[in-house]
Amino acid sequence: MGKFSTFSKGLLKENPVLKLVLGTCPTLAVTTLAFNGIGMGLAATFVLICSNVLISALRKVIPNQVRIPAFITVIAAFVTIVQMLVKVLLPALDEALGVFLPLITVNCIILGRAEMFASKNPVLDSALDGLGMGLGFTLALTVMASVREILGAGTLTLLPGVTFQIIPQSVDPFGIMITPPGGFFIFGVTMALVIYLEGRKGRKIKLEASCSSCPAAAGCPGACEGCDGKGGE
Amino acid sequence: MSLGVKLAMIFLTMVFVDNYVLVQFLGICPFLGVSKKLNSAVGMSVAVIFVMVLATAVTFPLYVYLLEPNGLGYLNTIAFILIIATLVQLVETVLKKFIPSLYKALGVYLPLITTNCAILGVTLLNIDNITENGYGFLESVVCAAGAGVGFMLAMVLFAGVRQRLEEAQPPKPFEGLPITLVSASLVSLSFMSFGGIIEAIFNG
Repeated sequence: MGKFSTFSKGLLKENPVLKLVLGTCPTLAVTTLAFNGIGMGLAATFVLICSNVLISALRKVIPNQVRIPAFITVIAAFVTIVQMLVKVLLPALDEALGVFLPLITVNCIILGRAEMFASKNPVLDSALDGLGMGLGFTLALTVMASVREILGAGTLTLLPGVTFQIIPQSVDPFGIMITPPGGFFIFGVTMALVIYLEGRKGRKIKLEASCSSCPAAAGCPGACEGCDGKGGE
Repeated sequence: MSLGVKLAMIFLTMVFVDNYVLVQFLGICPFLGVSKKLNSAVGMSVAVIFVMVLATAVTFPLYVYLLEPNGLGYLNTIAFILIIATLVQLVETVLKKFIPSLYKALGVYLPLITTNCAILGVTLLNIDNITENGYGFLESVVCAAGAGVGFMLAMVLFAGVRQRLEEAQPPKPFEGLPITLVSASLVSLSFMSFGGIIEAIFNG
């Protein structure tokens, strides 16, 4: 696989949120404001690149049996760094993301890439993979957040203080879209749209909460639906 | 307000108003992954309740008596995730050795729990609650139990919805996960109606 496709596959072809159905919790929870989506995405991208690089560099040193706890520790360390940086640089974002910032630690995308990619590939490839997957995550979050904010509040906030009025104030916004039910609804519709567009290109995909890149697949007992306990491969 | 009433209020608020899955979006992966059959939904939820209460009972004193007094509060994410991972492993080993029947029922769900964001979420949120709402040890444990029971309620309700969905014939692009998410949206909508009820009951 070329270096460029290592990077670019995460953007659309294997988009972690829309194609692999990973990291659903932050996708639903923080996407009430476009800027929150961007901020969450970039924070996760930073953690993903750093953890991918370090795990890839240590891949021959970490014993196979304890690799999951080792990966989690590496990821948690970088998450703590991000937490401190965001708290100082962007207190408003820290407030908005709340508990979902430390919860990047258990984001399936990051552990999934460590397990599926970084632990088997050289450092540069792992960095590119992290960048691609991170930006794919950011893209999906930004799209979801923009749709929800425009429909739910009539505005689009790209940076703190930089807010555009998209729908005139005289029109009542659909407040429900920035509430939890709206999150589930927009996510479902976005996913259906992706399936529809892929279907028109002649490619058929069926999205299920699958374990093809589930971080728990290694010790997987086959508890999820459609899972045979073999890690989906 | 007496302690009993306060604890009851925290518990019911966590179950209905601040439901972890449907309102706070924690633990969506198992909610979508394991809710297809009723018995696996119940098994997973019981394991989650168990680990949530246990994890809170361990992390709360650790934070209050060890991390915070030594100025190490910022290490809570790392410390808590390691404790949860160890705890899950420990519970698995102990159950396997001493209560094999329970291990048979819950064992398969335990490895999935380490990376479940609801567990790390409840331990971290309880730390926030110390300063915001003045929670002590007892309040935190009850809050964790409520979060777990709320998780179970959402899983069990949604398992029923999904059995109906099996027979339904949505438009082609909506088959599978999209229609599941849209139905989750409706279940979540019904939980919004609980907003304010608990406070109204207890504060008259």
